[in-house]
Amino acid sequence: MPSLTSLANPTRFLALSGAILPWAAAAAALLFAIGLVMALVTSPPDYQQGDSVRIMYVHVPSVTLAMGCYTAMAISALGTLVWRHPLADVSAKAAAPLGAAFTFLGLVTGAIWGKPMWGTWWVWDARLTSFLVLLIMYLGLMALWRAFDDPARAGRIAAVLILVGFINIPIIKFSVDWWNTLHQPASILRLGGPSIHSSMLWPLFVMMAAFAALFVWAWLAAMRAEIYRRRVRTAELVAAHPTALEPRTA
Amino acid sequence: MISFLAIVRQTVRLELRAGGGAAVALIFFLAVVTAVPFGVGPDLKLLARIGPAILWVAALLAALLGLDRLFGADREDGSLDLIIVSGEPLALYALGRAVGHWLATGLPIVVAAPILGLLLNLDPPAMGAVALTLLAGSPALTLIGTVGAALTAGLPRGGLLIAILVLPLTVPVLIFGVSATSGALSDPEPFLAPFLFLCACSLAALALAPFVAAAALRLALE
Repeated sequence: MPSLTSLANPTRFLALSGAILPWAAAAAALLFAIGLVMALVTSPPDYQQGDSVRIMYVHVPSVTLAMGCYTAMAISALGTLVWRHPLADVSAKAAAPLGAAFTFLGLVTGAIWGKPMWGTWWVWDARLTSFLVLLIMYLGLMALWRAFDDPARAGRIAAVLILVGFINIPIIKFSVDWWNTLHQPASILRLGGPSIHSSMLWPLFVMMAAFAALFVWAWLAAMRAEIYRRRVRTAELVAAHPTALEPRTA
Repeated sequence: MISFLAIVRQTVRLELRAGGGAAVALIFFLAVVTAVPFGVGPDLKLLARIGPAILWVAALLAALLGLDRLFGADREDGSLDLIIVSGEPLALYALGRAVGHWLATGLPIVVAAPILGLLLNLDPPAMGAVALTLLAGSPALTLIGTVGAALTAGLPRGGLLIAILVLPLTVPVLIFGVSATSGALSDPEPFLAPFLFLCACSLAALALAPFVAAAALRLALE
């Protein structure tokens, strides 16, 4: 297993990620095939919510990944600022649109679930609001990356903001405990074990694994695209100014 | 310490003079508060109820104004480079800019808020509560804004971007500010707890923001 340091070489990373990609895609396809059948067909309807409980199998993995993605970006930001790992900012930049997509999916599925259960698409309660803030932060970070023309510098600046914004993650996680709100408290990761019956917990776990595999596949593919994009950019710079890449003293 | 005071004094002077942001921020504050009754209608009861929240949101928006000039001018004329090589702590410089910016724009808004409260049909206790919570919370708004200004210091046009980056980070300040204000006015809701959280936001921002801003400035100028 190559260490993180040896992956600092983009070519080695491209080789390894190229080998992982098809496996991640196959794992995602297989897990989705199993998970969707379990979630939509074999799992029982809820005694109160009926069949609309099945939205949970999309909603919960989405929001878990939305927060997990930001955590991965925060670790990448540490890698950029502390260890100066050359691929850390590529990883953070590639993860941001995915995180935004999962956050959006979580908000939309939550709204669709909220309409029959709570009787409204949207309430301004702590968890929903802090999740909306998470979406705005993802979008702001993506805008910040686009604003700089030098990708390495953009990566370091964005890393500072990622770490500052990380304060939102514990706020989201514990918002349902701190404030008394409409959104239900944690039911999987909690003291005393999950409060969901195993007939629903297993499909949920399979769906979570499927979403995670999908995320790994998309993340690696986006990182590879970003590396190639930077290579093209460097090649264009060299073609335009043959001296552009001479070592600077700064 | 002397250089810190010099930076504070210079920031205040620059913002108060012609072309500075202090008057503009205050007028913008007035303009936002004026715009709300046009939107929600002139119902005085309703305005009295949502008045504190209007003042808080307007103060938040006004605090975002002029942030791009906080370090932008120093970057353009090269003084920021000189300050970095001078060996003075960069965090102290960032703090000086933040304090000066707050004195020139934040403090006038705190003073003006009760007067604008008259327009929104607030009774005297509500005016006092808004002024008190704004006094406790507006330093946090300015300090968080300073981080945003430092992050975009390397950009020629960072103004709009700052607003997008800073607004989500100021949401907790807004929540505690408005809930402390309503806690001071109606009995069942607590006042002290959100007010202390509000003070904690300002103090934590005071302790952390100058260092984050200094790190961001260094990166922005690389």
